[in-house]
Amino acid sequence: MKTEESYLDEVTASEYKYGFYTDIESDKVPPGLNEDVIRIISAKKGEPQWMTDWRLDAYKQFLKMTEPDWANVHYNKPDLQSISFYSAPKRKKELESLDEVDPELLKTFAKLGISLDEQKRLSGVAMDVVVDSISVKTTFREKLGEMGIIFCSISDAIKDYPELVKKYLGTVVPRSDNFYAALNSAVFTDGSFCYIPKGVRCPMELSTYFRINEAGTGQFERTLLIADEGSYVSYLEGCTAPMRDENQLHAAVVELVALDDAEIKYSTVQNWYPGDKNGKGGVFNFVTKRGICERNAKISWTQVETGSAVTWKYPSCILKGENSVGEFYSVAVTNNYQQADTGTKMIHLGKNTKSTIISKGICAGKSNGSYRGLVKIGPRAENARNFSQCDSLLMGSSCGSHTFPYIETQNKSAKVEHEATTSKIGEDQIFYCKQRGIGEEEAIALIVNGYCKDVLNQLPMEFAVEAQKLLAISLEGSVG
Amino acid sequence: MLKITNLHANIGDKEILKGINLEVKPGEIHAIMGPNGSGKSTLSSVIAGREDYEITAGHIDFEGEDLSDLEADERAHKGIFLSFQYPVEIPGVTVTNFIKTAINETRKARGQEPMPANIMLKQMREKMGLLEIDSAFLSRSLNTGFSGGEKKRNEIFQMAMLEPKLAILDETDSGLDIDALRIVSNGVNKLKSDKNAIIVITHYQRLLDYIVPDFVHVLHQGRIVKSGDKSLAHELESKGYDWLKEEAAL
Repeated sequence: MKTEESYLDEVTASEYKYGFYTDIESDKVPPGLNEDVIRIISAKKGEPQWMTDWRLDAYKQFLKMTEPDWANVHYNKPDLQSISFYSAPKRKKELESLDEVDPELLKTFAKLGISLDEQKRLSGVAMDVVVDSISVKTTFREKLGEMGIIFCSISDAIKDYPELVKKYLGTVVPRSDNFYAALNSAVFTDGSFCYIPKGVRCPMELSTYFRINEAGTGQFERTLLIADEGSYVSYLEGCTAPMRDENQLHAAVVELVALDDAEIKYSTVQNWYPGDKNGKGGVFNFVTKRGICERNAKISWTQVETGSAVTWKYPSCILKGENSVGEFYSVAVTNNYQQADTGTKMIHLGKNTKSTIISKGICAGKSNGSYRGLVKIGPRAENARNFSQCDSLLMGSSCGSHTFPYIETQNKSAKVEHEATTSKIGEDQIFYCKQRGIGEEEAIALIVNGYCKDVLNQLPMEFAVEAQKLLAISLEGSVG
Repeated sequence: MLKITNLHANIGDKEILKGINLEVKPGEIHAIMGPNGSGKSTLSSVIAGREDYEITAGHIDFEGEDLSDLEADERAHKGIFLSFQYPVEIPGVTVTNFIKTAINETRKARGQEPMPANIMLKQMREKMGLLEIDSAFLSRSLNTGFSGGEKKRNEIFQMAMLEPKLAILDETDSGLDIDALRIVSNGVNKLKSDKNAIIVITHYQRLLDYIVPDFVHVLHQGRIVKSGDKSLAHELESKGYDWLKEEAAL
């Protein structure tokens, strides 16, 4: 009979199941980073001068910065001079229908189970698919357009809605915010833009699938989402990446603006290539995600993180307006040699602001998972409230889990609560399940999904199902 | 149905079972009694396939097949059920979801299709009635925050849903008040047929007033030192175990 330890070893050492590589002709700039490269990117994208200048200014600030090393992760810093900062699938002409999409690409989607036509037909989800750096296809734009909702690539937005972009780009995450945000600001190639007009409730989940593709290409998405007064939107972001040997840098910036009485729900399922079971390869995921809430506004971040070799990510809320609400629900899985330092920042500035943090870490194999969270109560934030719960679940005895909660309060009326637990999947639990006819793998999936329930419940239904599958795949051996 | 021959089992270097012989036929109820530490729970764990124990000699046959090489889940698929003395908590997994998974995994292993949801729901309602369980129970997290009595009732509810051939009830009476004991015992009796068998492990005679055994065995220091009919249980109740220990020492 197998011991629990050897079993965990076996199941946690499973290979990445979404590892495949699509062969699409790419158009890319030579490796390296300098002002000329930034001008080339800007020119290739047909950008106006103000955007080129904005990028160059970001680059100047970037040059003054150094890569941060305070996170609880260890890796060889990527050599930015060996990365090609622009790569786009070669487009022969504008695409009118799915028939015109590169068949290789359609195959990729089929493998991921997210074929566009199926998505269109079954789920009513509008898709803005980003393969490498260029948006290949945007659907449902017309229907959304009737309601005044803008959902397009950020490149199109720069051309078509320059006033909105100029007004909000870089206001939540300034170009000088941090090393990777500055880099992203200088070289971002694509991403999504979304604007929900006053009082409009977006009738469907907006969804974008990101995918890193070309070998050696860093991916720098930029997402800007604006919910105007009294509006509501639920936005889904999910991704898988092909198996690669070399490290791939992913440094995205996401900015959310929730104006008075608006609500944004932002859900992510992240499954970048985590490296093989010996810790070779894998994506570096250094992301800056932040939202700002005006009066009575609400931003809710939900994330299920299973991928990447190294993750550095803190979706945050600035609760500027009074009565605004910030929420963060997170499941972060690390396996094999993965490292994740993730959490959130809740910055309470306005009166009666409220925030909730539910973080569920799962560590398996020889991985290391850290929760790092800041709750900051400013001097004017009368009656601010925060509740944080940070749980860790360990599988086996070679992994590590760490919690770094930071609390800063400058207002005596604040109430901040923090709870934390650490547990192990017990042999008793597994035996109990097995006695009822539930095999070991299924038992682990059941226990893990139960543990993550509070977070998974926050995801839209279809996404929750996908996330459950992903958790099972990430933690189990080759099922079936 | 179950035939245990000269079973020896260790945990670590310590021998707990020292030559158990036991045969259980369909339709029978066997009670296993004995003082603390005599090996009662070890015996049930070894039959169910817990990996902490090592069988050093002898074997367990179930319906003519040696169980030694089977994992706990494979034994469950063959129809062996253990009602735990201390059922574990699984937070976030509802009773319904757990039972549904258990039933469908068992069906899958037997090459059957998953049970249609409406049939499952109907069966659940029926068995809940049998055990006087409130429907709110189904959406609670498995055993999480359950009282001792609720946990035991939940065990028998699962037994009712899984319909095992052999059920081992490990101290199902502990933690039950007299009303719950009556309800649970009634449930067990209604599930009993001439095709299935039950092994009741208990310290006390009182459970055996409700679930009446055909055979009573006394376990002491890893061996069955005396077997008899239900009158043996009464004898133990009045005289305690000491006379048996002395007898066994001779």
